[in-house]
Amino acid sequence: MNAFLEIRNLCVTLKGGAPILRNVSLSVSAGQVHGLVGESGAGKSMIGKAVLGTLPRALAVTRGEIWLDGVDLQTLRPAERRRRIGASAALIPQDPLTALNPARRIGPQITRRLVDILGWSRADAEARALELLAEVQIPDPARVMRSYPHELSGGMRQRILIAAAFAAEPKLIIADEPTTALDVTVQKQILRLIADMQTRHGTALLFVTHDLGVVSKVCDTLSVLYAGKVVEEAQMRRFFMHPIHPYSAALLAATPSYKDPEGSLTPVPQSVIDQVEREVTDHDRRAGL
Amino acid sequence: MRDARGDVKRPIGLRLWLSGGWLILLVLAALLAPWIAPQDPLAQDLFTSRLPPFWEAGAEPGYWLGSDSLGRDVLSRIIHGARLALIVALVAGTLTCVIGTALGLIAGYYRGWPDRIISRFVDIWMAFPPVLFAILLIAVLGTGLTSIIIAIVVIDWTRFARVIRAEAMTQGAMDYVASAQVAGRKRMGTMLTEILPNVLPTIIALLTLEMGIAVIVEAILSFVNLSISTDSPTWGGMISEGRTSVHQAWWVLVFPLITLFLTVLSFSQLGEGLKDRFDPVLR
Repeated sequence: MNAFLEIRNLCVTLKGGAPILRNVSLSVSAGQVHGLVGESGAGKSMIGKAVLGTLPRALAVTRGEIWLDGVDLQTLRPAERRRRIGASAALIPQDPLTALNPARRIGPQITRRLVDILGWSRADAEARALELLAEVQIPDPARVMRSYPHELSGGMRQRILIAAAFAAEPKLIIADEPTTALDVTVQKQILRLIADMQTRHGTALLFVTHDLGVVSKVCDTLSVLYAGKVVEEAQMRRFFMHPIHPYSAALLAATPSYKDPEGSLTPVPQSVIDQVEREVTDHDRRAGL
Repeated sequence: MRDARGDVKRPIGLRLWLSGGWLILLVLAALLAPWIAPQDPLAQDLFTSRLPPFWEAGAEPGYWLGSDSLGRDVLSRIIHGARLALIVALVAGTLTCVIGTALGLIAGYYRGWPDRIISRFVDIWMAFPPVLFAILLIAVLGTGLTSIIIAIVVIDWTRFARVIRAEAMTQGAMDYVASAQVAGRKRMGTMLTEILPNVLPTIIALLTLEMGIAVIVEAILSFVNLSISTDSPTWGGMISEGRTSVHQAWWVLVFPLITLFLTVLSFSQLGEGLKDRFDPVLR
């Protein structure tokens, strides 16, 4: 198995006991795009945060392994873990408005990782940043480098964050709903940009979203999450043709289609919800929770 | 791409002009006191006692704001008093700011046990009435400039710690802090390079406010005769002396009071004005 990121039986709980992630296992191969789909609150983002070590203080990994590039992150000391994650993974965050430090100029926020982790000289890092800003189609990159975040639009900021994520040529990028905070016209451009960058750089991408339409455009494989439990892990084509789990099928049926805008949307039926809820309670009982 | 605000130089507002102007005047007065004070602030002369200010009948030239019951020139004493007031404002204000900010940042960003310890201390501290606490401290430390500065720092660091802690907590929850950590930043580095610049506007506003408060605390301590020895003129000391003779010579009380009032007001207004200018989003 040549998975770059492999998560095995990951359990994350709220301090005090409530489970957030239930035995999550998934793998992302080098150069592949893996989608994480689910309703809000299903724990999609928490998987990304657990991998990057940025879980909120109230949450903790209680069990499981996170293998990044052949090393189980959970067994490393914090400083070593941070160094490894910094060198091989990066994040494209959800909200471009809070993801750039408002008090600092754009330039150092892109070059930071290159200088800190890879030990590049400042001049090299700046040249690289200019190149990347041009690659994400930002006009006049030199000027943008000197700007403060509030001087730029949301779409521009998201482009900058994409450039920053790819800056150190990480082998894995976690994109946490990268288009949710943008307006629809910009969403499409950003999505295409991420897909292009991913192909060109050959990066593995973990793509967190609640939008099955987006998943169908960019992903190779996907996991469907419900209440912190993986309901189905599948190849893209197979999933859209024959979803196995009834919840997946119901989700697909609840997705609006461009081809049939008048077609009625079917909400996820109660019987299906009852079934996944039962699976979750069964799992908890077996896990002794 | 770059919005209009980026290129517009915002004019310095009236508030900054007035408060800054008054404070610059005070600094000049303090620096040049021996040369610009019309009289020796300590020279007593019973023949010139309780002279009224210049516009009233019976005023003497050279005693612009009148003299007190020992014949000392009020204006000269105010000018010399500015030295002490400004030293206390700068030194005590800055020390309080540095100590309170450091503790507040650590508590708000690291959370956990450092936060619990610092926050409990703040709670305990806040239960003391500050002025009594200061008087008690001076009684223990003895009077003198250093004691006053120590007393102000010891009673007022909580003001910074509380506010900066809250700010650090909000900033710490932002995505850019998480990004910095994913990028391999150490926690201390993240605190100093990511959080600190964003709480800077608040620190500046608090610092100038604290300078005003330091001047008041010093005046209060002088008022109860616990400040510097009586041979160096202080505004609080003048107010305290003026109070006893307010019916015969109101000017001995009123002029230092106005000076004190304007100074404290200027400090707080300067802070507000500077805060806006340092705010990266408004800038």
